[in-house]
Parts: sequence; structure tokens; C-alpha cells
Amino acid sequence: MADSRLLTRQEVLPLIPQRYPFRFVDEILELTDERVVGRYSWDPELDFYKGHFPGNPVTPGVVLIECMGQCGVVPLGIYFGYRDHPDDAEKLTTFFTDAAVDFSNVVLPGQTVTVESTLVFYRRRKVQVDSEMKLDDGTIVCSGKLAGMGVTL
Amino acid sequence: MEATEIQERVIKILTPYVKDQAALASAGPETNILEDLKVNSARLVDVVLAFEDEFDIEIADEDVDTVNLVGDCVTLIGQKL
Repeated sequence: MADSRLLTRQEVLPLIPQRYPFRFVDEILELTDERVVGRYSWDPELDFYKGHFPGNPVTPGVVLIECMGQCGVVPLGIYFGYRDHPDDAEKLTTFFTDAAVDFSNVVLPGQTVTVESTLVFYRRRKVQVDSEMKLDDGTIVCSGKLAGMGVTL
Repeated sequence: MEATEIQERVIKILTPYVKDQAALASAGPETNILEDLKVNSARLVDVVLAFEDEFDIEIADEDVDTVNLVGDCVTLIGQKL
């Protein structure tokens, strides 16, 4: 039986399974059992900018939600998985279950965002957080409640 | 608290998560939450947390596995009150 482990933010980052071109977290700045802060700089070469929109690239809202997930729900899911279910933590993948997000600003290619997430609950491998995404000047891009659940693939 | 009152409050809590509203109209103790009401299984955690708030009780994670029917919820909540 594996031992319960409290992973550090540096240990969690490489365990986030998404990779380019669908990785939207560069750093985890803070990670506790109540809060996680992640950061990501938007690569202007990402393919979707060619179509969203031609000649006027703007980061799609659905991708911003994914970024919120990768900076918030996913690292917390990994953290709690290693803490509470060490035997199968390596096999668990956190999938989105539900989200309600309001958008108030856009993110342009090359900009950097910080996502601050506060835990609402962790029960039965489900993580729910309140998340807020901001630009470096403090402008709020979007905020809302997001949740995901650890699933064994 | 009477079982009928608990059931009424259980159904009210389930309502926003139910995909089959027609099934909800005729819901009773034998109604299966996932199969009949088409509640997403990932939402069961939200439902249980709402039960805890509504009835001021604590429900252990293991107990959630025993909940399949509306009647199971009523029985479980009744035991905790």
C-alpha cells in the first residue's frame, strides 16, 4: 500500500497530464489544500488563433475555461489524489464535470494570465473551486465555479 | 420529521440536476435518481452536500454509495436526523 503524500507545487506541475498544444499552465505559484494559483502565457503560435478570428486573434472562451481547469481543478485533484488515494493516484485523471463562468474581458495572444482558485469542496474525488482569471494589470478576464472528478482511465 | 416532508425537500434539492423533468413530476420512493431522473453521477456529490446543508446533518462518503432511489435518500436522511 502506497503512503499518503502531500505533493509540493513543483511536484504537481509535471503531473498535470495535458501537453502542447493543449497545455495551458506554465507555473503553479501557490498550492495548499484550500487554494491554488496558476499562471500561463498565451503562445501566439497556437493554431486556434488562425481561425478565432482571422486577422483578429482572441483567445476562445472555451479555452480560457480549460486554462482555469488546468490551473485550478486539475492540480488540486492531483494533490488530493496523492494525499487521499495514494494507491491509485497515478492512474487518476481529473475530468471536467461542470462549470459556470462569466466573462468580462478578452485575452490576446502573448498576454499572461494568473488564475486564483479557492476550494469549495473536495468529496468523493470531486473538486469544486471558485476561480478568477486576471491579466497582469489586474483586469479580471473571467470568474466562476468549476468542478472536476478523478477518474481511472 | 415525517418521511413525506423529507421526500418533498429531497425532490426540491434534486430538481436543478434532473434532466428528465417529466419523470420528476411523478417521482416517488422507487424513482432511481440516475436512471429515471437522469441526474449526472458527478452531481451526486453536489446533491449530498445540499442534503447536509438543508437538514443540518453529516453524510459519510460510504453512505453515498447506498443511495440509488429517492426513497434511499429519505431513509438515510431520516436516520441522521
